[in-house]
Amino acid sequence: MSRTFNGVEVNDSVDVVVVGGGPAGSCAALVAARAGLSVVLLERGPFPGSKNMYGGVVYPRILDELIPNWWEEAPIQRWVTRRSTMLLTDTQALTVDFRTDAWGKAPYNGATAYRPDFDHWLAGHAETAGAQLLTSTTVTGLLRDDNGAVVGVTTDRPDGDLRARVVIACDGVNSFLAKEAGLYEHTDVKHFTLGVKETIALPKEVIDERFGVRDREGVDIEIVGCTGGVNGGGFVYTNLDTVAVGVVLKIAKLASQSLRPEQIIATLKAHPAIAPLIEGGEVKEYSAHVIPEAGLTMMPKMTTDGMLVAGDAAALCLAAGIWLEGVNFAMASGMYAGEAAVEAVQAGDVSAQGLRGYQRRLSDTFVLKDHRKLRRAPELVLSDRVQHLYPQMVANVVERMFRIDNPQPKPGMRRILKQERKRAGVRRRDLIRDAITGFRSYG
Amino acid sequence: MTLGNFLETMETAEFRVHPDAHIVVDGAVCADCTTRECVVACPANLFVPTSDGGIVFNYEQCFECGTCYMVCTQEGAITWNYPAGGHGVVFHRT
Repeated sequence: MSRTFNGVEVNDSVDVVVVGGGPAGSCAALVAARAGLSVVLLERGPFPGSKNMYGGVVYPRILDELIPNWWEEAPIQRWVTRRSTMLLTDTQALTVDFRTDAWGKAPYNGATAYRPDFDHWLAGHAETAGAQLLTSTTVTGLLRDDNGAVVGVTTDRPDGDLRARVVIACDGVNSFLAKEAGLYEHTDVKHFTLGVKETIALPKEVIDERFGVRDREGVDIEIVGCTGGVNGGGFVYTNLDTVAVGVVLKIAKLASQSLRPEQIIATLKAHPAIAPLIEGGEVKEYSAHVIPEAGLTMMPKMTTDGMLVAGDAAALCLAAGIWLEGVNFAMASGMYAGEAAVEAVQAGDVSAQGLRGYQRRLSDTFVLKDHRKLRRAPELVLSDRVQHLYPQMVANVVERMFRIDNPQPKPGMRRILKQERKRAGVRRRDLIRDAITGFRSYG
Repeated sequence: MTLGNFLETMETAEFRVHPDAHIVVDGAVCADCTTRECVVACPANLFVPTSDGGIVFNYEQCFECGTCYMVCTQEGAITWNYPAGGHGVVFHRT
């Protein structure tokens, strides 16, 4: 049986239905379609990527396995060749700035890209592989059989039920499908952050000059200490002729104080270290999105009978301060979900047992290995001390170090450290404890 | 940032508004809420306190992010769904 959706003829029963045309969904659909399975990829927006927003940098290394030489065709803005980590106080800025030519040429490392471009492009590869893309279609729920196994989805199309042997839920951070399937025991607002940003237009030459780059070279600046009383972080990324400026805010904390998100961005934009970079620019787009921030702590069960969860829907987002990644985890988990679905369909067993290849792949690769190693990092990075005490302490130490107090002689570093630690109200044992946690996570 | 400036900023995002609201807020429930987390946390500033102690929600410029239902402490105040397919926010340069 088939019916027409949006002028597209669709079988009402297929091997795999993928919900969500983001990076996880498109990679899942691509893999399953390439293996010869019948695949429908559902996207609720008018085109893939239209609902998707992130800070601005993608690390597509995992695409080597799916799209060789992806860098020759991916719609990227700039290749990140400069990576800065910046620590701000109201009046000070300390930047660690790294640049390398290596990341400006094949096989590249990270890139800035607009998600509506990037996700659209990736979904095109899924279509080329044979997946049927249905846009403007919102999934409203799961179809289950008498035993509770997932056997398809309901959509907001008239007569819009779609049956599938495997459903791959890549429906984003709110994943109502994973919740409906009972894969999340509970969700807690403390595990989420809100990202808001402004995309600010400036002529390319101006961006090149202000950020010290040329051609397709780009800059990634991650910032701590710029979000007032709300735990979080900030970022500045260069696109070709825009600069993205934004903040990521712990939602529970945001909700318990009085500054609104756009006010926190405005404060960051006005900081003396940031303002000159974006002066004269015009806001082209304001956007917001929620991020699953707590890593391993919040992850759902990934598999149930007839269904897999990937990407943000499975909380596969790495928010570990010096590493802030999501799209690569989405692409990889989507890819592995696709492979597991192929195995299960070919073996004729789409139960959780038949789909177990998914969990195995996640566990054997960076997807869960990185999360296991960095399981304590998100909490440390968003802790009150790292957020509110250490930036001031470190900035003061550096200011004293470089300040010339003649005729006083230079004080020793140990004395400066001790005095500034006390002045910032940091207890020695807390500092040591955090250092150990940091060393365990990052070491 | 002034309210006027922020309204201008919101104008930069595209919204394909459906005639039916995808999120419905029960102002009667909100009247009992003293903390009003949604008012400060919604990135689009769509929750507006009214003079009679309730809250009016404007769905038209919603980013569909989910922040409001996460911070809400009042059972039954927010009924949250995605907009009908093809509607709602459409990002271009994010």
